[in-house]
Amino acid sequence: MKRERKTLAAIFVVCIVGITTGVVIYTGQTLGKSLLTVSTTTSLFDTGVLDTLKTEYEASHPDIILAFISAGTGIAITHAKNGDADLILVHSPSHEKAFMDEGFGVNRKILAYNFFTIVGPSEDPANISGVDASTALSRIYDYGQSLNSSIWVTRDDNSGTNSKEKQLWAAAGFDYETIKEADWLVSSGTGMGATLRMATELELYTLSDIGTYLKFFADGLIDLQQLVVPSESLLNVYSAIAVNASRVEGARFNLAMDFIAWLVDSSAQETIGNFGLEDYGQALFLPAVGVIESQTSNEIYGWIRSYAFFDYDGTLYECPPPWREGDYGLYQS
Amino acid sequence: MTLASEIVEITLRSLFVSGFAAFIATLIGLPIGVLVGLRKFRGRPLVKGVFNGMMAMPTVALGLILYLLFSQTGPLGFLQLLYSPYAIIVGQAILVVPIMVSITTETIENVDPSIRELALTLGADESGARAAVLRESIGGILLASSASFSRAISELGVALMLGGNIVGLTRILTTAIALETARGEVALGIGLAVVLLVVMLVINVSLRLAEKRVRWWLWQ
Repeated sequence: MKRERKTLAAIFVVCIVGITTGVVIYTGQTLGKSLLTVSTTTSLFDTGVLDTLKTEYEASHPDIILAFISAGTGIAITHAKNGDADLILVHSPSHEKAFMDEGFGVNRKILAYNFFTIVGPSEDPANISGVDASTALSRIYDYGQSLNSSIWVTRDDNSGTNSKEKQLWAAAGFDYETIKEADWLVSSGTGMGATLRMATELELYTLSDIGTYLKFFADGLIDLQQLVVPSESLLNVYSAIAVNASRVEGARFNLAMDFIAWLVDSSAQETIGNFGLEDYGQALFLPAVGVIESQTSNEIYGWIRSYAFFDYDGTLYECPPPWREGDYGLYQS
Repeated sequence: MTLASEIVEITLRSLFVSGFAAFIATLIGLPIGVLVGLRKFRGRPLVKGVFNGMMAMPTVALGLILYLLFSQTGPLGFLQLLYSPYAIIVGQAILVVPIMVSITTETIENVDPSIRELALTLGADESGARAAVLRESIGGILLASSASFSRAISELGVALMLGGNIVGLTRILTTAIALETARGEVALGIGLAVVLLVVMLVINVSLRLAEKRVRWWLWQ
């Protein structure tokens, strides 16, 4: 009988010991360290570049724990507004502008860029290979209208990629809300990876960020080709914005600025630029800080400027002066 | 950190978080379940129905509601729970209390009425008869606890919304599976799912073996 009583006691003891150990370990992990919470988008997080940056940053800043919370651009911004993030890393200038206009964000810094791409089945039924984005979308529209079966998949989740898609349809002369009702358009409502797989299965075209596409393509998970040529309208710009501590209570502004300053530094920029070179034969992200600093008249600088700079009193700024807080040497003009 | 040690770490964290949650749910849900199961009172079908219905709580919705509560700007923001394992534990405990209550209640109700009568005939008083019924329900109560634990460890929505899937702090098996799937690391995603299932099989089989012993002891 004693043995049996022990069995019941043992289950209880195992529970208590397990729980206590867990609490002790977690406390040990976080004791004396500051948590810097970065709200970011799925397309950036899923590539793994942030894990690489985290490893490097934490190695040189042992008292900081970098916590990336990955969600769509929309919810990432909501997190920051609620005071649950100290900075955001996103890729949607229109969302960013609104975030700063409402007073939630300061010290915006453009970190990297790459290009969106329109991908589709290798048979390319709508014949968009080698044309620019606007022409491609027009051809897909015409082909879809004549076909009356699915040809395009949209994420329709208010993500950075989705808002780019809306701009591209508008630039090609179509209203996104109207064509969303068309029979040839499928709404996936999921992340980039799942949408690319859906496009493969159903032989559809879609807009993708280059990072997710290259990763999935290299791993043999999708059978889609990049069909359009990279151009200004497909530019994708990633920026960091610190949460305004005077507007959002509890935001760790100093920690956030320290991290942004580190990201801007040449070694982190190099890490960003080298990420994926080995695995995919192509960089997933191109460093933007040098491009903007040199202010050369090269094409890319002009594209970034007109796409991702904000207008203030008739001048374009990476971060307009009223939204700059403290001097961290981030801006030249 | 190697892949293997990372998987071990994530698995242990999952067991800690969901074990804690199921433990709390048992502490809260067992007395409620026993009470509802043994006592006859007005509105009992309503109480049972509410607990049964709450088992259908979508995890993402519960995660969202609790996020709004635990957010810095939310009413419980001062607790600083968000993005810590404790937030997930609270969320999962709330998620599984209805399971704990419902299964416990149902088990107690379904104990053969003759057990109770037999106990009374043999000279037991009312509380003695109730104890006999409870003894007979031990298997069901164990199932209630292990089902709560299983539900907690397999849910994703609460862990993702409240924990944030932070590597080394709040990344658990289900959030890791979701992440690896999104990243296209299919093999790793399936591997983690197998780990989860094997761990749960081992735990449940051990519990059943233990139950056999405990049941025998209770009837001594």
